[in-house]
Amino acid sequence: MTPGRQDATLHVARRDFLTLGVSSLFGVLASWRLGAVQDSLAGSGPAGRVFDPRWAGRSMTPLTAADTDAALQVIEKRLKCSCGCGLDIYTCRTTDFNCTYSPALHRQVVALAQQGKTDQEIIDAFVAEYGQQVLMAPPKRGFNLAGYFIPALLVLVAAGFLIRAMRRWTRAAAAETASAPAPGEGLDASPAELERLRRELGRLPS
Amino acid sequence: MTLLGHLALWLAFLVGLWGAVTGFAGGWAGNDRADLQRSARHAVFALFGALVVAVICLEVAIFRHDFNVEYVAAYTSRNLPTFYLWSALYAGQKGSLLFWATVLSLFAALAQLLTGARHRAYLPFVAGVTCLVAAFFISVLLFAANPFERLAFTPLDGRGMNPQLQNPGMVFHPPMLYLGYISITIPFAFAIAALASKQLEADWLVAIRKWTLVSWLFLSIGLLIGMWWAYVELGWGGYWAWDPVENAALLPWLTMTAFLHSVMIQEKRGMLKKWNLALILGSWLLSIFGTFLTRSGVIASVHSFTQSRVGYFFLGFLILAAVGSFLLYAQRLPLLAADAKLESMVSRESSFLFNNLLLLGIAFAVLWGTLLPILSEALSGVKITVAAPWFNEVIVPVALALLLLTGIGPLIAWRRASVPNLRRQFAVPATAGAFVLLCLLVAGMRDVGALLAIAFGGFVATTVVQEFARGANARHRQYAEPLALATVRLIGRNRRRYGGYIVHTGIVLLFIAFAGMTFKTETQATLRPGESAALKSPYGYVYTFTHLGISQYDALNRKVTAALVEVRRDGKFVGRLKTEKRQHVDGLGRPTFEPSTEVGIASGVREDLYVVLGGLVNGTEQAVYRFTINPLVWWVWFGGYVVVLGGLIVLWPGGGSPAVRRTQAGYAVKLEPKA
Repeated sequence: MTPGRQDATLHVARRDFLTLGVSSLFGVLASWRLGAVQDSLAGSGPAGRVFDPRWAGRSMTPLTAADTDAALQVIEKRLKCSCGCGLDIYTCRTTDFNCTYSPALHRQVVALAQQGKTDQEIIDAFVAEYGQQVLMAPPKRGFNLAGYFIPALLVLVAAGFLIRAMRRWTRAAAAETASAPAPGEGLDASPAELERLRRELGRLPS
Repeated sequence: MTLLGHLALWLAFLVGLWGAVTGFAGGWAGNDRADLQRSARHAVFALFGALVVAVICLEVAIFRHDFNVEYVAAYTSRNLPTFYLWSALYAGQKGSLLFWATVLSLFAALAQLLTGARHRAYLPFVAGVTCLVAAFFISVLLFAANPFERLAFTPLDGRGMNPQLQNPGMVFHPPMLYLGYISITIPFAFAIAALASKQLEADWLVAIRKWTLVSWLFLSIGLLIGMWWAYVELGWGGYWAWDPVENAALLPWLTMTAFLHSVMIQEKRGMLKKWNLALILGSWLLSIFGTFLTRSGVIASVHSFTQSRVGYFFLGFLILAAVGSFLLYAQRLPLLAADAKLESMVSRESSFLFNNLLLLGIAFAVLWGTLLPILSEALSGVKITVAAPWFNEVIVPVALALLLLTGIGPLIAWRRASVPNLRRQFAVPATAGAFVLLCLLVAGMRDVGALLAIAFGGFVATTVVQEFARGANARHRQYAEPLALATVRLIGRNRRRYGGYIVHTGIVLLFIAFAGMTFKTETQATLRPGESAALKSPYGYVYTFTHLGISQYDALNRKVTAALVEVRRDGKFVGRLKTEKRQHVDGLGRPTFEPSTEVGIASGVREDLYVVLGGLVNGTEQAVYRFTINPLVWWVWFGGYVVVLGGLIVLWPGGGSPAVRRTQAGYAVKLEPKA
């Protein structure tokens, strides 16, 4: 430290002063130019603390590659969260941020994947641990087969019955028509009267 | 006030029982006991009056913040906005049952007041049925879920309303859904009246058609608002998640839709009498079954009320009502012979029969899927989950077939269709459907469900346009009206037919919108202020979401943490979206529930941008986001408006079709002269 600076007096030569002024000017211009390219919010510095973090719910950790891995998401969409929301693990952990189950189940999926297990092995491991109810849709075997196919089967069988019944009705209608008197036979009206009636009915708005 | 409310409930219960007894006794005794019939009618009005008093008493307790009343303490707080104080009436099990009984008594009174002299013979039975059903609901209130129950102490403040319920949807969705659910009791009561009085001519049908349409319309509006609410509120899995409670509301909607189609066959041809009665009885029983599901806790659902013993009441009532209705129906079957027979396999009647088959097939699949976890556990001992993937796999193919039939039905003539007629009717719509399919394939779409939904949609939409064009052109030629005026008059003169076509258009839009969700894309990101995440839309645009920062402030009854995001599409500024975390507090500033999340949504015709603030990293402005692009969601709401508009046109008084008018006027004669 120089003695001149102790009494708070800055001794600067004219040349130094000019150099400082010019470089400051260049600095301002340079930052101005950069500002036009780069957003005013740099995004790389430390983010400030909010007034009261408790209002924002549970504190989170930055997302990892595993959190956004599309292949893992496909697996998680086949597995149900056990919190009672009725949603799959992925949907629950990305919509219900108070749920503590779905993040834990997600970590379990990630851990199994990191062990090198295939998609099916991960799902099998979940079924072994939590039972079939962990699957968003039951596997197509045993009683579940009935679950899948009964509605379609019922519609097909009902359609079969309906077609049969319709055939019976149309046959009966055809037989009735064949044995019925000619159209208009029972009417005690002349063609002129019927024409008048037809005209009157035709006047009803269509 | 609560004592008065409790007394009003007892009075309503006794009046309801009296109305039920005098209604049935007066109905069976006929005109000999006009005094009983009058008494039943008066009982309906008295029932309504007593229940309104009970509702007012509960609302007064809510608005006065009488936290000594258990219901008020459980669902409200001092700082709950007035908007939601009113809806607290039906936010909980007990209040909603009171609301239910009151709306039922209102409909019962309206049925007595609005029914014309022509159908007066049914009214004593209608009074009897409605009073009996209302008495059942009031008995549940009195013996299992009393909304006027008091606590042994008075809390300083109430618990408040669940944050997910503090949404405008809460004010409109439950009342609309209840109006739909509850008003089904009126067509049911008329059906029982027709069966009990043995007056099973076409008259009862005329009396209930409008009531059924009213129920269907309210239920449709209720379902649509519910879908919107589930979409904007996180945690319910989007606008439709095949949740048991959603399914319970869909079931009667499906059976009533089937009825509204098959009723036309009975009106025009005197066929399907047994079927139509069964559909009305079934719709009502399904509404009670849905109520049982929602309130018993027998099936886990995020929408249901908490588990309680009212479920047993509903189960008992459901069994009794089903057995009673079935016995009465079975006894009257011989009186329900058809007036005419099906003349051809290729006719409008046949297409309506297949339409009914598919609608009931879907209803069965929904019911089956809802009950499958219970059945599986009971029969095979294995607990399973039946969620959206199962429903989509089982129901979507049948629903697509139904969509196709929506277009085919109106193109086929009544009684018998000829080949030239079919060729003339189908040529343009079938070509349009095929053209849409081809365009989609060329554009690179490969999802079979979406391809079929949009192509069938194109086919159905063209049938509707063709029907309107032909009708308007005919008027234009006949009356020299300008085409726009001709179209308006066409709708006005035959509201049921053309209103129905408008409903079909709305259904097409809904199907196309549902198909759009196949192409949903999303990403997650942790962003510091100024950092961005990019997401490609299915249309090829790239959206950039930039985290601008976090702000915190007080608002009404909550502490808000708001995150602001700037959105750019292909570099062009689109707008800013705000997504929030809300910590609700009571009047003393104490947190009431876990923080909830409010989504930032930018809704557009092509796609919705859906931004969710997951949370903050270590209490800093660094935030975890989920960004989603939901294609065509806007069309769900627009399609819903179109469905409702079509329903309103059908419902609007007057303007019935000439054929119906002729039938109703009794001059349905064959106009061929003697040979």
